[in-house]
Amino acid sequence: METALSVLVGLFLATAFYLMLSKKIIRILLGVAVMGNGVNLLIFTSGRLTRELPPIIATDAYVLPPGAANALPQALILTAIVISFSFFAFLLVLAFRAYQDLGTDDTDAMRFAEPVVDDGPPQGY
Amino acid sequence: MTDPSPAPTWILLALAAPFLAALVAPTVHRLFGRAAAFALAAVPLAAFVGFLTLLGPVADGARLTTGFDWWPSYGVRFSLLVDGLSLVFALLITGIGTLIVIYAGGYMKGHPQAGRFMSFILLFMGAMLGLVLADDGITLFVMWEATSITSFLLIGFDHTRARARRAALQALVITGAGGLCLLAAVLLIGGATGTRTLSEVVATGDVIRGSDLYLPIFLLVLGAAFTKSAQVPLHVWLPNAMEAPTPVSAFLHSATMVKAGVYLLMRLHPVLGGTPEWTTVLPIVGGLTLLTGTLMAVRQTDLKLMLAQTTVASLGLLVLLVGVSTDAAIVGAVGYLLAHAFFKGALFMIAGTIDHEAGTRDVTKLGGLRKLMPITFASALVAAVSMAGLPPMIGFVAKEALYLGLDEAGRTALIAVAVAGNALMLVIGFAVALKPFLGPEVHTPKHAHEGPLELILGPIVLGAVGLGAALFLHGFSEIIVLPMAGAITGRPVEADLHLIPTYVSTPLILSIVTVALGVVAYLALTPLRAAVDAVVRGIGWGPDRGFDQIVAGLVGFASVVVRVVQPGRLEAYMAIVLGLAVVTLLAPLLLFGELPAWPAFPDLTAQEAVVILIAVSGLVAVVVARTRLTSIVSLGIQGFAVAVIFVLFGAPDLAFTQFMVETLSVVILALVLTRLALGERDHRPLRQKVVDAVIGGGLGLAFMLVLLKITQAPFDRTLTDFYDTYSRTIAHGRNVVNVIIVDFRGLDTLGEIAVVMITGLAILALVRVKARTPILPTPETGKRK
Amino acid sequence: MNTIIFRTISPVLVALTLLFSVFVTLRGHNEPGGGFIGGLIAVSAFALYGLSHGVPTVRHAMRFHPMEIAGFGLFLAGASGMLSIVFGVPFLTGLWVFPTIFGVEVALSTPMFFDIGVYFVVTGSITSIALALEAREGGV
Repeated sequence: METALSVLVGLFLATAFYLMLSKKIIRILLGVAVMGNGVNLLIFTSGRLTRELPPIIATDAYVLPPGAANALPQALILTAIVISFSFFAFLLVLAFRAYQDLGTDDTDAMRFAEPVVDDGPPQGY
Repeated sequence: MTDPSPAPTWILLALAAPFLAALVAPTVHRLFGRAAAFALAAVPLAAFVGFLTLLGPVADGARLTTGFDWWPSYGVRFSLLVDGLSLVFALLITGIGTLIVIYAGGYMKGHPQAGRFMSFILLFMGAMLGLVLADDGITLFVMWEATSITSFLLIGFDHTRARARRAALQALVITGAGGLCLLAAVLLIGGATGTRTLSEVVATGDVIRGSDLYLPIFLLVLGAAFTKSAQVPLHVWLPNAMEAPTPVSAFLHSATMVKAGVYLLMRLHPVLGGTPEWTTVLPIVGGLTLLTGTLMAVRQTDLKLMLAQTTVASLGLLVLLVGVSTDAAIVGAVGYLLAHAFFKGALFMIAGTIDHEAGTRDVTKLGGLRKLMPITFASALVAAVSMAGLPPMIGFVAKEALYLGLDEAGRTALIAVAVAGNALMLVIGFAVALKPFLGPEVHTPKHAHEGPLELILGPIVLGAVGLGAALFLHGFSEIIVLPMAGAITGRPVEADLHLIPTYVSTPLILSIVTVALGVVAYLALTPLRAAVDAVVRGIGWGPDRGFDQIVAGLVGFASVVVRVVQPGRLEAYMAIVLGLAVVTLLAPLLLFGELPAWPAFPDLTAQEAVVILIAVSGLVAVVVARTRLTSIVSLGIQGFAVAVIFVLFGAPDLAFTQFMVETLSVVILALVLTRLALGERDHRPLRQKVVDAVIGGGLGLAFMLVLLKITQAPFDRTLTDFYDTYSRTIAHGRNVVNVIIVDFRGLDTLGEIAVVMITGLAILALVRVKARTPILPTPETGKRK
Repeated sequence: MNTIIFRTISPVLVALTLLFSVFVTLRGHNEPGGGFIGGLIAVSAFALYGLSHGVPTVRHAMRFHPMEIAGFGLFLAGASGMLSIVFGVPFLTGLWVFPTIFGVEVALSTPMFFDIGVYFVVTGSITSIALALEAREGGV
C-alpha cells in the first residue's frame, strides 16, 4: 500500500512542479493546489497506512485497539488542509489583482519590481 | 618594563565625557549660542587637566590600566592603558580638542547646523581618545572604526555638495578597509600570542617575530596604518578630506586622526619592529609619501590643500622614522610628531581664519593682510618657523633629532629624501605664512579684518606651546618625549636633545643645507609650481582617478551579477530552486547508496486501485486541459480522489475536510476564472516543456524515493502510542485526531487559526483596493513609470 | 443559477447545513468532526446562500461582518486558553467540569470552547473570502 501511495505522491508532486514552472499564473495556481494535496499525502503515507480503522476509541474502551490508524499525521494534515486552502484563496486573489493592475497573466511580463530596462545602480556621489 | 598598576577610574569618565557632551551639544548650542563653544570646551579641558596629573607617574615608568568585562563569553574586555605613548596622544587630543571646539564656535557661527557639527567633533574626540587609550585589541578596533565613521560624518558635513559626499565616501571606503585589516591583525595577534590585551602582547617580546604568522600580521597592520595615515598610494582621501570645514581639517586631518596609523605602528613596534621587513618596507613607503606629499603641495595654490599635502608628507616622514627603528630615530619621530601637531594645527586654523575673514584661501588672490590681521600674521610666522625647522622652535629640535637618528643609522639615501622633503616643507610653510600677508594689499571677496577671539586663540596657544617646549626643552624631554619613546621601543631611552647646538655636527650641517635648499626653492616657487603642475598633467592619471575607476568597475560588476542572478523571470527562479531541490534530495541517496529496496508489487484492493487511477487521470487532465472548465473539473477530480483515499485508509476527519475544501476550491476558482479572460493553454515551446518536465519529474521521483525509503525503515511509534494511550484517560476525548488538535497541540492550532484569519484579512484588503488602470502601458518596454 | 427550484430549496438547505455544522463541531471530541470541519460546512452553507440569493442578502442575514465572527472565534480560543492561568496551570491546559443539568451529565471543558473558537474563525474567515469573491463589484 505504501509503495502504491509513494508512487502516487511522486506523480502528484511531479505534476505540481511541472505546472508551477509555467509562466501563466493560472497554471502556477493549479500547481500550488495540486502540490498541497501531494504534500498532505506525503505526510499521510510516511505515518504508515492502515485500512478502514479510524483512530477513534470505542465507547467501552480507554485506549485505541492495536492496528488503528496513526492519529498524529492526521492531526497535522487536518490543519494543513485548511491553511493550504486559505493560501490558495489568497494566491488566487493576488493573481487576480495582479492581472487587473498589470494587465497580463504572464509572469515574464510582470516587470514592475524588476524592470527590463534597468538603469543600473546610481553612479556618482 | 614595569608591571601595569591600576589607573584612576576617572579615566573611564574622561573617555565617556566627550560622548555625553556630544549628546547635549545641539541643545547647549541652541540655549547658549556663542557661549556654547566655551561651555563645551570645558569638557576636553577638564580631561586635559586630568591627564596632565598623570604625567609625573608615567614619566617615572608607571603603566596604568583599568577597564571592565565587555563580552566575557568571548574574552573581550573594555580596557584602557595609560603609558608614555597613549598619555601624550591623549594630551594632544584633549588639548588641541579644547582649542578646536572654541575655534569651531567662532568658525561655524551662524551656521544653521553648528550644534550638530559640535556634536560630531565631540563624538570624534571620544572615539580618538578611546583609540589611543584602548588596551584590548577589540576595543581598539571598535574605536578605530568609530573615528572612521565620525570622520565620514565630518567630511560630508556639507552634504549638499557632491564633492564633499565623494570625499566622505572615499575616506570611509579606504579607512574602513584598513579597519578590517586591523580586526584581522588583532585576531591573528591573539592567535599568535594567546592574548588580545595590548599591554600583554607588547610584553611577549619575540613571540610574534618568531611566529609563522609574523608576515600576515605585519602586512595587515601595515594595511591598517597606511590607510589611516595616508601613505602612498592610499593617501588620496586625505587631500580630498579638505572638503570638510576647517576645524575638522585642523583637528582630524592633521593633528590627531591621521596619526592613528603612526600610533598603531608605534604601539606594536616592540613586537613587530626591527625586522628586515619592517626596516625595508616602512622607510621606502614613508620616503615615497614624503616626496609625493611635498611635491604635490608645491603644485597647490589653495592654502588648505597645500597644508593637506604637507600633512601627507609629514606622515610619510613619521613612518620613515618609525621604520628606521633605532632609538635615536624613534626620539626624532616623537619630537617631529609633537612639533607637527602644534604647527600644523595652528596653520590650518590660520588658513581657516584667512578664508573666514578674507573670503578666499587661494594664495594667488591674497596679499598684504599683515596690517589688517597682525595677530594672525604673527602666529602664522611662529608656526611657519617651526614647520621650516628653524630655531627657536620645537620644530628645529625635532629636525635635528631626526637627522641625528638617520645619521646614526647610516641610511644615507633616507637622509637625502628627508633633506629634500624638509626643504620643500620650509617652502610651503613660508608660502602659507608669508604670501597672504606680505606684498601690496589685494582686493579680497570680503573686507578682511582680524578674527574674533575664538579664531585667534588656538594659533596663539599652539605657537606658545611650540616655543615653550623648545625653551624648556629639558623638562619637555624628560616628561613627554622620553617616556613616549620608551613606550615605543619597549625599554627606557636616553637622548640628549638641545636647542642650541654645542658643536658643529652632521645634523647641524644637514639643517643648514635644508634651509639653503628651501630658500632657493621658495624664491623659485612660481616656476617650480608650473614645472610640477606640467609633470602631473603630463601623467594625467593618479590614484584619485584610480579610486573612481575601481568604484565604477565595482558598480558595473554588481550590475552584471544582478542581471545574471536576477533576470526577473519567475520561471527561471523556480527552475533554479526546484533543480537544486532535486540535487539536494537525490545526491545523498545516490552518493551513500541509500536508495530504497525494490518494492514488491502493491497488494491493493480493487477500490483502492480504482481511486488511485482516478487520481492519476485527474492529474493528467489538469496538465493537458485546454479550457478553463476542464482544468477546474480536473482539479476537483484529483482533490476528491485524495478525499476518498483518506476514507479508505482510516481517516474520516481528513476525508470530510478534504471534501469541503475541494468543493469550496472549485467554487471560488470558478468565480475568479470567469472574470479572468485568459487562456490557460500552455504556451511554452516544446524545448522548454521538456526541460520543465525533467525538473518536475525529477523532483517527483526524488520525493517518491525518499518516501519509499522512509516507509521501508522501521516505524517509531513512541509519539503515536502516547496520544493513543492518553487521549481518553487524560483528555476525555475518544476522537484522537480532534484531541490532538484542540488539546495536546492546542498552541499550534491557535497559531494556525490566527494564520487563517490573517489570510482572510489580507484577501479583504486586496479585494477592497480600487482597481487602477494598468500601471504598465506596454509590458514589452517594462520601464517603470 | 437563478432557477426557481434552487432559490426555493436553498434557504432550507442552508438552515439544515448550518445546524449540521454545529452538530459536527460539538461531537468532534468523540466522533469524527470538530471545529475545522464544522466551520467549512458552515462556509459552504453561506456560500450556497450567496449563490442563490446574492451577497447582500447573506451579509444582511449574518448581521455581523464575517471577519468580526472570525475575530470573536480567535478571542474565544485564546480566552479558553487564558482560563487555565486563573487556575494556576500552564496556558491552554484542558479544564473539565461535569455538571448535571436536568438530570443529564454534561461535559463542559476548555478544549470544547477552544474548538468552538476554531469553528468561528474558519467560518468567518473563509466566508469572508467566499463572499468577497462572489460579490460582482469586488466590494466589501
